[in-house]
Amino acid sequence: MKLEVRDLPGQLLEALKPISEVGGNIKSVIHKRDPLSENGTLDVQIQLELPEGKLDEMLDLIKRSNVNILRVGEEQHLIRKSFILIGHLLHTDLSDTVQKIDDTGFAEVGELSMVMPAINEPTSAKMTIKSDSLKDIDRALDILRDIAVKKDILIIEPLEDF
Amino acid sequence: MKIAIIGFGSVGKGIASIIRDKGLGITVTAIADSKSAAIDNDGLDIQSVFTAKENSGICGKIGLTPDDVISDADFDVLIEVTPTDAETGEPALGYIRRALSSGRHVITSNKGPVALKYPELKALADENGVEFRFEATVCGAIPIIFSLQNGLAGNKIKRIYGVFNGTCNYILTRMADEKLTYSQALLEARELGYAEADPTYDVMGIDAAIKLVILANTVLGYEKTLEDVEIVGINMITSESLQLAGEDDLTIRLIGEIDCEKEMLRVMPRVLPKNHTLVVQDTLNAVTAETDLAGEVTLIGRGAGSVETASAIIADLLFIRKLNGRCA
Repeated sequence: MKLEVRDLPGQLLEALKPISEVGGNIKSVIHKRDPLSENGTLDVQIQLELPEGKLDEMLDLIKRSNVNILRVGEEQHLIRKSFILIGHLLHTDLSDTVQKIDDTGFAEVGELSMVMPAINEPTSAKMTIKSDSLKDIDRALDILRDIAVKKDILIIEPLEDF
Repeated sequence: MKIAIIGFGSVGKGIASIIRDKGLGITVTAIADSKSAAIDNDGLDIQSVFTAKENSGICGKIGLTPDDVISDADFDVLIEVTPTDAETGEPALGYIRRALSSGRHVITSNKGPVALKYPELKALADENGVEFRFEATVCGAIPIIFSLQNGLAGNKIKRIYGVFNGTCNYILTRMADEKLTYSQALLEARELGYAEADPTYDVMGIDAAIKLVILANTVLGYEKTLEDVEIVGINMITSESLQLAGEDDLTIRLIGEIDCEKEMLRVMPRVLPKNHTLVVQDTLNAVTAETDLAGEVTLIGRGAGSVETASAIIADLLFIRKLNGRCA
């Protein structure tokens, strides 16, 4: 995100405050004093993490503090949820299971680790699904639940989002 | 205050021994087990009932039944602690109905009648101006019902969730810590007396689900039955799945959950961080209530055991005595 801030004491702080107010986490701030633009403002580039659905609220707050937002950059898949799966995962075509999540376009399988104890014993796996929003993760989870019923797989969901 | 105890198994014995040893000023006028009953309206000598039970396997006179106790004995409070039948609630349900109708307070540790017939029994108690209390039915020694109804009065409860079954918690703890298989951990739980010979009720999540139904109906005013609870047990959990979770400092617990917004009840294994408040060890129970005023309140304690269950019953008993002044 690129902000335009007036070159006065306390202005940068004013610009950053809304980020913490909505529960965001600042990853980096690039603060160039030079070149100062003609109207006495300077550009600040901020990289940050935000809780789901807080972007608009934060942008509103920043605008109200008389800071100009020049550009809001690209959002990245930041939300991830891990599940434990137990069942005959390989015999029930694991790649098909993963593919069905990846094909959604709004979520993807990030990591997958598996332990196979013996033939005919159920396989245990840990799967991480990544997405932009919790809503999309829940949509992906619904798909996974459908697959689990058909393939007789037990999905163990997290109690909270962590 | 005079009481009659129906059911002289581990919980019944626990209550009798606490009354004998603690000098609470409570007189036991009747004790019934499945085959006999002892009645003395001046007060039984508890030690001789224990001796009789030990020597002959029965506590009193053969042929006397719980019904005789309810109709003939002189008592203010019936303590009903017979084994539970989750499908019919009988014969406990009948004893409770008769005692309430005859103007006696009733305290029970029996889940069946409360889960199946709470609105009816509560109405019957109100009609007769007596108390019907059942703290021991949910999480043994933990005063969860009292806390939710009284300690958190005025709060809006948003969610209740936690570990409601000590047997499952023990099995999962042992599987995670010692890499035992599910069958090994279950066998160990049986040997230690934490699991019944038929563990279905516990490991399939039914016991936890019944506790959710009781909380939902008594504390939240819902009208739920066991069929309304989504239930997944722990019998499919593998040792490997616990190891995989452990790599990320996570573990698995059987969690019962009431979501008050959706009026949804469910019992299922869930993944939690190892340092989560609800990740308790061995046979402990732990329940969190999410409220609007108090925030999150968590109670942790022993969910089973004869003395622990008796603790909840004694607390109910002393509460009734306080409400009614010190009668007799």
